[in-house]
Amino acid sequence: MKSIIFKTSAKYLLPVLMLFSVFMLLRGHYLPGGGFVGGLMAALAFILHSFAFGLEETKKMIVVHPGLLMPIGLFFALMAGIAPWVFQEPFMTGLWYGEPLRMVGMVGTALLFDIGVYFVVIGSVLTVMFSIREII
Amino acid sequence: MNNPYIVLPIILQLVAAVVLMFFWTKTKAQKVLSIIFSVAAVLVAAYLLVEVWHSGILITQSGNWKAPFGITFVADLLGVTLVLVSSIAALGVSIFSAGSMREERLKFGYYPVFHFLVMGLQGAFLTGDIFNLYVWFEVIIISSFVLMTLGGKKAQLEGAIKYVSLNLLASSLFLIGIGFLYGLTGTLNMADLSIKIKEIQNIGLVNVTGGLFLVAFGIKSAIFPMYFWLPASYHTPPPAVTAIFGGLLTKVGVYAMLRTFSLIFGGDEFMTVTISIIAALTILGGAFGAMSHRHMSKIFGYLIISHIGFMMVGISIFTEIALLGTIFYLIHDIIVKTNLFMVSGLVLKINGTQDIKDLGGLYKSYPLLSLLMAIPLFSLVGIPPLSGFWAKIFFVEGALEAGDYLLVISVILGSFLTLWIIGKVWTEVFWKKGENLPKQANGVYFDELPPIGKWSMVFPMLLLSFVSLYIGLGAKHVISLSQKIATELVDPSSYIQVVLQNQVP
Repeated sequence: MKSIIFKTSAKYLLPVLMLFSVFMLLRGHYLPGGGFVGGLMAALAFILHSFAFGLEETKKMIVVHPGLLMPIGLFFALMAGIAPWVFQEPFMTGLWYGEPLRMVGMVGTALLFDIGVYFVVIGSVLTVMFSIREII
Repeated sequence: MNNPYIVLPIILQLVAAVVLMFFWTKTKAQKVLSIIFSVAAVLVAAYLLVEVWHSGILITQSGNWKAPFGITFVADLLGVTLVLVSSIAALGVSIFSAGSMREERLKFGYYPVFHFLVMGLQGAFLTGDIFNLYVWFEVIIISSFVLMTLGGKKAQLEGAIKYVSLNLLASSLFLIGIGFLYGLTGTLNMADLSIKIKEIQNIGLVNVTGGLFLVAFGIKSAIFPMYFWLPASYHTPPPAVTAIFGGLLTKVGVYAMLRTFSLIFGGDEFMTVTISIIAALTILGGAFGAMSHRHMSKIFGYLIISHIGFMMVGISIFTEIALLGTIFYLIHDIIVKTNLFMVSGLVLKINGTQDIKDLGGLYKSYPLLSLLMAIPLFSLVGIPPLSGFWAKIFFVEGALEAGDYLLVISVILGSFLTLWIIGKVWTEVFWKKGENLPKQANGVYFDELPPIGKWSMVFPMLLLSFVSLYIGLGAKHVISLSQKIATELVDPSSYIQVVLQNQVP
């Protein structure tokens, strides 16, 4: 798209949307939000960028193929699942770090799982959207 | 007894899938890694079986939520045996795919999806929660849909549409059934359901729910009159995919029926009669279907249906001896059917066609290979002492004991028809004088493959033939294992006690 207003705003919207997606990710577990919503938001930021500057620019910015994010995310989620085995606890037991951190809140395997979901969602949405855009 | 590591067979497949996704374009590495992971899965499953055999049922409460509320994973003998048998079959298919799968399919993630499918199977065998069972069924369906359409040929897509629409229908019926059960009892844990369902006054609604489950699992395991999707879709994907589908997917439906009818809906008169009639019609319907076709994969597809009917015999009579037959047959059938579809895949690779009228002379050109192929073919018929023989004795014995002569007749007739069909395939494909078939343009023929490619197709058949010979000749061990499983199915009290631990008075 050629509109200069859209291009300029897209440049600033990308970091803002990314920040908001991380906020959504961290907010999850007890409040509305979480990895899935955050992931969708982040994917949306990149799609908006690709509308403004073209697919090639966005791909250049991401560097790796977005599909690679899927196994990375699955790996995080898997780790969150089997981490309790180290302490002889059943699969998927929530482990929590003692006290809440500043800004982030309670940190535990649930957050790690959500980060995994976040990456899988970004990876799959971007792969789907990029392949559709390549065809049309 | 608690053991947090019993979910390892599921996790191992997930690890395999994730690691293989990192090697998306490197197909050689994928082949090697997939085989390594599959071997590891067989070892883990064997270890688990030994563990369960010695120390009884093992459980783990995932997320450390106590039994009726959280999702329980239960490793009892039935589940673990099927985990072992299915991982052996998966190992065979993994090696077979390395030789037979085309490069372009491998590049679109055949192996990761394959491991996701096997993960779904292992999860279904190990879960103790009925909603979780539904989730594993979904994992299986989604992965099998990808495997079925991979390559995107027109026939494949046509088959996949039939397959997916009917399986989604089955899933929704299953889900509705679960909804009913939850509404009636307020629990989803199968052990807890087993106790609470007996206290329900409204027997009619329980039976309707049982009927919903029967239809849902019936579509999945292809019983009469809901089997039409199977022969319409199973011959379309590549042979390695058909091998895993034919060997394992329908058997998950049978497993789910065994589990739910043992724990939840046992002993209803109407259901028993219905299932016994369905069993008889499934045996005969499948066999007649197989007689009327000349495409090898289609014939074997109908034979799957016919032999699902055999397994239904045990589910309908539900005595120890008949269930012993069902369990034995289930173990034998997974191995033999997987092997059988590999045989038909190899025949396709050698000749470029699967039409038994056009084929011929295979025995003359490949005598040793033909002898190897004879093992699964004649195990299926159950010529003693090969593996199919023993189970049928128990079916007939169980049916006679229950006085169900319809089943006795159909089991015997079904066995004869199977013999007739396999005899026809054998004479047409192996003994008949062969003609020179026109070469097809695309695809690599067996003779043109390098030795490693040839061995990767022959070795899994050797492996699975060896296993089915063991099931036949070492039947003593398999029978004592099946005996113990059958006892546990008829009287599930130890299962319930272990899952709910101290809550049972």
